[in-house]
Amino acid sequence: MQSLLADYLPLVIFIGVSLVIGLALLVSPFIVAYSRPDAEKLSAYECGFNAFDDARMKFDVRFYLVAILFIIFDLEVAFLFPWAVAFGDLGWFGFWSMMLFLGVLTVGFIYEWRKGALEWD
Amino acid sequence: MTVAAAFFYLFSCVCVASAFMVIASRNPVHSVLFLILAFVNAAGLFILMGAEFLAMILVVVYVGAVAVLFLFVVMMLDVDFAELRQGFLQYLPVGALVGVIFLIELVLVVGSFVIDPALVKTPIAAIPPASEMSNTAALGHVLYTRYLYFFQASGLVLLVAMIGAIVLTLRHKPGVKRQDVARQVARTRDTAIEVRKVPFREGV
Repeated sequence: MQSLLADYLPLVIFIGVSLVIGLALLVSPFIVAYSRPDAEKLSAYECGFNAFDDARMKFDVRFYLVAILFIIFDLEVAFLFPWAVAFGDLGWFGFWSMMLFLGVLTVGFIYEWRKGALEWD
Repeated sequence: MTVAAAFFYLFSCVCVASAFMVIASRNPVHSVLFLILAFVNAAGLFILMGAEFLAMILVVVYVGAVAVLFLFVVMMLDVDFAELRQGFLQYLPVGALVGVIFLIELVLVVGSFVIDPALVKTPIAAIPPASEMSNTAALGHVLYTRYLYFFQASGLVLLVAMIGAIVLTLRHKPGVKRQDVARQVARTRDTAIEVRKVPFREGV
């Protein structure tokens, strides 16, 4: 347990250094940079004309479909990690159980390919 | 152990604070970003408990994918959130009543929760100590063989989610010309060009 946490020490140092660098870059402009804001400088810049409307507009539902398909295959890969770690002890039964799982998802993959869900238009 | 305790308090304080900010912040996009912060800190708490695999899955799946989906939903809703908050005081009594009922139910459930002593004495598969086997390997040893049916059922759930998402959202525009490589390659000179006899000095 203690050695497990010690393994994460480089990660803590990494996050600490990146926090310091990121905060320094964020904070230093407030301290050193010359700043004289006015209403025109602070307004949203949109190629010379005033902004039409809110940035939050409806966009195509197909982005959502792509994201859901990404999550599903992400989860499939997540199941592969413990399988790969324990593979030596699992034997043929564990091998074929994973192959069945992958086969079920391959059926879905073929379905989405044939339906054209991977194409944009 | 004191370092671990310090990190526990750091992670849990940031987690609770960002969870509060999820419901308190005015901008829904900021809410989603605070939710991501809460997920990352929960992953840190999992690591402190020795559950490495869950921590990494939390980062990969929840931070990498689910939070992105939440952002999509928040952006796609196109709701005027200032307008939504208009009737806040009007709905406060009903909301508070429902919240208090849920709180009482939670207290009753948690208060009467006991682990069956027989279950502790004879576990189906004992959790191996972390010094012998890593968390990921321990999961891998039981998930694909002992819990085969649950594993396959999760595969079927993923299949249903995939097909459901396609059936619900996939709409092809009519009249879009797609590239069909097989048809392109299958063209011969006979189908591609047509030779016509044009009478002399009369045009086409």
